[in-house]
Amino acid sequence: MRSIARLTVVVCLLAASGWAAAPAPAAINSSEDLQRQDGDVGQYGGRLVIGQRAEPKTLNPVTATDAVSREVIGRCHADLISINRMSQKTEPALAESWKTSPDGRSFTLKLRKGIRFSDGQPFDADDVVFSFNLYLDEAIGSPQRDLLVMDGKPLVVTKLDQYTVRFTLPRPYAAAERLFDGLAMLPKHLLEKSYHEGHFAQAWSLNSAPAEIAGLGPFRLKQYVTGQRIVLERNPYYWKADRNNQRLPYLDELVFLFVGGEDQQVMRFEAGETDMVSRLSSENYSLLTKEQSRSGWQLADLGPSLEYNFLVFNLNDVNAGKMGEIARKQAWFRDLKFRQAASAAIDRDSIVRLVYGTRGTALWGNVGPGDKLWMNQSIPHPQRSLDAARQLLKSAGFSWNGSGQLLDPSGKPVEFTIVTSSSNTQRIKMATLIQDDLSHLGMQVHVVPLDFRAMLDRVFQSFDYEAAIMGLGGGDPDPNPEMNVWMSNGATHIWHLNEAQPATSWEREIDTLMQQQMITLNYAKRKQLYDRVQQIIAENVPFIFLATPDVLVGAKSQIGNFHPAVLDHYTLWNADQLYLRAATRGVERAGIR
Amino acid sequence: MRPKAWIVVLSALLAALHLAILAAGFIAPYDAASQNRDLSYAPPTHVHLRDASGWHLPFVYRWIPDPDGYREDTSTRYPIHFFTRGEAHKILWIFPSNLHLFGVDEPGRILIAGADSFGRDEFSRLLYGGQISLAVGLLATFITLAAATVVGTVAGYFGKWADEFLMALGELFLCLPWFYFLVGARAFLPLHVSAAGTFLLLIIVIGIIGWARPARLIRGIVLSARNRNYVLAARGFGGSNFYLLRRHILPETFAILLTQAALLIPQYVAAEATLSFFGLGVSEPVPSWGNMLSALQQYNVLVSYFWLLAPAAALVITSVMYWLLADVLHHWIQSHSIN
Repeated sequence: MRSIARLTVVVCLLAASGWAAAPAPAAINSSEDLQRQDGDVGQYGGRLVIGQRAEPKTLNPVTATDAVSREVIGRCHADLISINRMSQKTEPALAESWKTSPDGRSFTLKLRKGIRFSDGQPFDADDVVFSFNLYLDEAIGSPQRDLLVMDGKPLVVTKLDQYTVRFTLPRPYAAAERLFDGLAMLPKHLLEKSYHEGHFAQAWSLNSAPAEIAGLGPFRLKQYVTGQRIVLERNPYYWKADRNNQRLPYLDELVFLFVGGEDQQVMRFEAGETDMVSRLSSENYSLLTKEQSRSGWQLADLGPSLEYNFLVFNLNDVNAGKMGEIARKQAWFRDLKFRQAASAAIDRDSIVRLVYGTRGTALWGNVGPGDKLWMNQSIPHPQRSLDAARQLLKSAGFSWNGSGQLLDPSGKPVEFTIVTSSSNTQRIKMATLIQDDLSHLGMQVHVVPLDFRAMLDRVFQSFDYEAAIMGLGGGDPDPNPEMNVWMSNGATHIWHLNEAQPATSWEREIDTLMQQQMITLNYAKRKQLYDRVQQIIAENVPFIFLATPDVLVGAKSQIGNFHPAVLDHYTLWNADQLYLRAATRGVERAGIR
Repeated sequence: MRPKAWIVVLSALLAALHLAILAAGFIAPYDAASQNRDLSYAPPTHVHLRDASGWHLPFVYRWIPDPDGYREDTSTRYPIHFFTRGEAHKILWIFPSNLHLFGVDEPGRILIAGADSFGRDEFSRLLYGGQISLAVGLLATFITLAAATVVGTVAGYFGKWADEFLMALGELFLCLPWFYFLVGARAFLPLHVSAAGTFLLLIIVIGIIGWARPARLIRGIVLSARNRNYVLAARGFGGSNFYLLRRHILPETFAILLTQAALLIPQYVAAEATLSFFGLGVSEPVPSWGNMLSALQQYNVLVSYFWLLAPAAALVITSVMYWLLADVLHHWIQSHSIN
């Protein structure tokens, strides 16, 4: 008898340590300037488990570069102005309102009053100024710094009073308020010391004690177990409330399990060990749909993503002595008709069907149908045509020999390699389809899968490749993040890097248009400029656009307020509003690990 | 069965398997690279003998896509023809031909082992893939074991500094960070390596990585055999080093060589898939059992399309046959040497 009693005590204690420790939301104080959220009113309690592909590398929002770290960090911090994931437009966050000066260079932001960090300390303009100093400090090397520096000059942050901050840009910048999305506001009281002592880059590592870390996001760090999981708990002082004036978030805990790759994420979800999956491949998605009737999962195909996959030919200035073979083939690649012919011969519908299992969309430009605000609808979508491709090649001086092999104007056979990442099975599939498509034109194409980093090194450093299949995009739908791809001096101007001058007249025109759109504040005018950019790109084929996958996500049926979006983070962007429906929560609790 | 009968049966089976793989072009109904994009992941075709109108010679139906995969289009029968004309191929890489053992008329398609994601015939790919995989597996095993025998014997028999040096070298090879080494090695090679080049490359890489472990095993055996009484006696009678090695010591290693070979062949066939990951293996569209198996690394493929396990089955069957042959050969030799 006694042993049973003891056992019960132990079980209760274990349950208490594992569960009840989540802090209750703090009572709402009338001086707090809370943001009211629409959406279903949920119930408090429960934990949500997410499977992650890898382990985060840091919890420092200023230095984190990898998506996995940012996935966790994003739940613990908040920004001044957010991009609403559903409407793709900006909305107030920590700044409850803002004014733009008529010249578009200065922004005056009013901060929410009386709100607190997750450790209970108040938030005000000093924290904002401090945070921007961190992002702008060259010594820290934040990846966000590039966004905040224009023409080599940083934006200037001034505190006007305790709850008002002014940002002055070095030059007009369209949609500058979008810059604030994702820039976490950090607690000066916790980080000032390490910053002044010069070891900020080491602050907030995975080994930091939860008490050393605080943010303005819906959750705060509770526990990190190396190699296994990271547990976040409710931030009791979070600054959002639901329609019934209950403080968010509803969930007690958010747990990230480190499971490995995408397949493991799917297996864990199937086994019921995790509650949500995002960025599913179409194959895994159809696997889950087969079990949907039994499991009752909420699976969603959100339509085309903002990612674009493309084939690019190496048009870089290569050293003809060292890479003579590539230099010789560049004569073909530089010929617009050659690129157009390749584009005409590629069967994009097959790619959508075989690579994405029809859960994707063929692309003919850099802006796909996933981008509601910016896509140029007038870009033509020509059907695949081998005849058109042959005509183009013929008019460019190419010919065919008796066995159907394509010969260049000097009589040499057309043969080249396509490199792609060996860990991306979808792109290897695209390459294999393209190889077959182009063989119908008599081109001999070799597919060479390389280790991802080795491939990037060839594309960005040594230029020792002939053609590559890659993917870009996926973040903000605005044209500004695309600047580094299309500006001739951009860091991601993949087909021809390090151009001192625009190499062609159309690249020069794109440069002018992109710069113009950046300082044009009117949306309709900006759209006109960006439409023209898309048109020039489609006409000159620096990339042969292939296809974009749909955003595919899933969640258990008992999760309420599940509103996935095509923008990152697809399923957790509204983690503060997610809740577990009551009927199933008891079962969930019984399953506590 | 008596060991001798086993040897005959197994040798015959293995010979048949290798012949079929050598004559892949003739036995396979299709080219290994020819895609049929309407038959992505089509299951194996069923061979029928009977339809509503009665009995017929063997025939198949076409697969047509269906929301749940594929279903048979029973409106047209496609009889299986033997010794039929089809896609061009080369027998033994030399003689051009378009004769196939069997086939059906277009647009019908006979897929004995189903189709892969590009609608390529898995059975044809299996046969063509066996050419590279078995050649790489067998040759690399032979080279590895030959090198291991030389190194292990020298180290174990002569000892002293030769032993120290060779075993230190072996340890160095065992602890090299191969991942970075292979990524680095790939950077020095031209982007596209021809089929023959790939073949040589695979054998060399596998051989270089593989020799150290069996060399240590053989060294151990040689070391213990060297001081056996009968060896010492033979030496006392004036036997030369060469004689002692040949007559008394190397036969001791024979058993371990056979078991090592049986273990290494399947391992090396699969290693080719790993090397493909570094761009060192056989690349699309050329099949090998290794790169065919790599499709199964995707969870959804593994659970949805059982017929893509065919290369694994082929690998297991081949390995078991080699393993059994090694086993019975070993017994036969032992019983023989006693007699």
